[in-house]
Amino acid sequence: MKILVCISHVPDTTSKIQFTADGAALDAQGIQFVINPHDEFGLTKALQMKEAGLATQVTALIVGDSSVEPTLRKALAIGADEAVRIDARPESGNQVAQWIAEYVQANPYELVLCGIESIDYNGGTVPGLLAHRMGAAFANACIGLELSGTNATVLREIDGGKEKLTASLPLVVAGKKGLVEESELRIPNMRGIMAARTKPLAVVAPSAVAAQVVSQRFEKPVGRTSVRLIDKDNLGELVRLLHEEAKVI
Amino acid sequence: MVLIFAETWNGTFKKSTFEAVQYGAQCAKSLGTEAVAVVFGAASEDLAALGAYGAQRVLHLTNASAFEPIAYGTALAALASQHHARLVVVSATANGKSLTPFVAGAWDAPAITNVLALPTSFAPLAVRRGAFSSKGLEDASATGDRAVVGLVPNSVGLGTVGTQTAAVEALETAATGKSTSVELHVASGKIPLPEAERVVSAGRGMKGPENWILIETLAQELNAGTACSKPVSDIGWRPHSEHVGQTGIQINPQLYIAIGISGAIQHLAGVSSSKTIVVINSDPEAPFFKAADYGVVGDAFEVVPKLTEALRAFHA
Repeated sequence: MKILVCISHVPDTTSKIQFTADGAALDAQGIQFVINPHDEFGLTKALQMKEAGLATQVTALIVGDSSVEPTLRKALAIGADEAVRIDARPESGNQVAQWIAEYVQANPYELVLCGIESIDYNGGTVPGLLAHRMGAAFANACIGLELSGTNATVLREIDGGKEKLTASLPLVVAGKKGLVEESELRIPNMRGIMAARTKPLAVVAPSAVAAQVVSQRFEKPVGRTSVRLIDKDNLGELVRLLHEEAKVI
Repeated sequence: MVLIFAETWNGTFKKSTFEAVQYGAQCAKSLGTEAVAVVFGAASEDLAALGAYGAQRVLHLTNASAFEPIAYGTALAALASQHHARLVVVSATANGKSLTPFVAGAWDAPAITNVLALPTSFAPLAVRRGAFSSKGLEDASATGDRAVVGLVPNSVGLGTVGTQTAAVEALETAATGKSTSVELHVASGKIPLPEAERVVSAGRGMKGPENWILIETLAQELNAGTACSKPVSDIGWRPHSEHVGQTGIQINPQLYIAIGISGAIQHLAGVSSSKTIVVINSDPEAPFFKAADYGVVGDAFEVVPKLTEALRAFHA
């Protein structure tokens, strides 16, 4: 069985986000791009499954122009066997899902691991739209996955708790921390980085798909201007302010 | 028609459902159409009461079984298609987020998620949404004349509740899913973070998991949910489900109290849209103070019990 791991190329979590002067787009100057943190859990999970003999091959896929290739190479350095780049600059999640679905139709995968959302545009729709287009089962906010033949047992996070569910493959998983532990995440070592240079990286031309959602303008949220300090021996004053001024208690 | 997914938990409406119904009703009013709530499965509540939040009608899919994203999503899509809906509104709870893409996929409509406010226009639909994990705001618009809106819980809040009742119609759904729920574990008495109005959160400054009793006592006094920083969940002091921040749960409660959390940019990204932020930290240089409304410089082990006492006196 082959596992497809879908990856987004996003600003590092420590990035200060700025937009271009016209507000049309992210100002990428000085920003370090990384594998979307939620996707890293799926990548490590796929590698663990391969090592456990549950999968024969792990493919890392990304939708992006050539500027995202270092992120894809990093996935290869971490241990993916091959990489696919769908050569497009997506504007909307429906395009990404459609392109990945077309790739999977031509190159079948029984298990697709995505992250629950990308930390840049926070759409969170690609994994579900992909499952819809593949006709596959879907588990969102996945924090545990076990395979037995073609049956999957999934643990997913729900509001205030967890749900265990079962499904048959094909399955699309939208994972997050817990799918593997943070401490299990892999970082590329020198041997991996060397090997990644010669691993196959296919570039696929996208079909024509119109964006269903269009970005008009970005701006930064208004920050807080000044903190009001309250003496630690006068917490009754804090309670009064929360009640009378902030009106939150 | 504007359809609203009226989510229930154990047969009763979630708080976020009322917010979504009001949001949908306001959209319906602007569009000059009716607001229709859709309820799945057995409900122990009076469904007509959704009228008080602006729903004119309630469609009750009486034979629907436990939540399944594909079954629920395609059932909503079928209703949207049958009634030529303009909008489907879904509160972005765990289950809401799971079903949203299936409504969009099966109805062939754009999905705008992470929405924070009422639309600024309806033709085409234009709304403000969160992006870059609260580090940015985006004005996005949908192509075409219909859309699915994923509304962030607590974003618009609950307005005035009326006294009207909605007409309830019982229907059946033929939609089927592709997974089976076998077990649910929900901590009783805990407030789910995305819909908590008040959240008490703590970081490594608490020195160890055994000290969380102070946090829980304060949270109880405030009727608040409990949360933690990423390092705390990574070292296993608290479950991952309590991790708030850029890669954890993103929240926007009325009140967020951060105790012993320095305020790294990744943490702020997940909590900065809280209405009021209180920071308690022994380090006066903690960056979180710059992002707070109120601050207390002091040792958590001293300040937290005193604050709990002060609240107790206030509530008494």
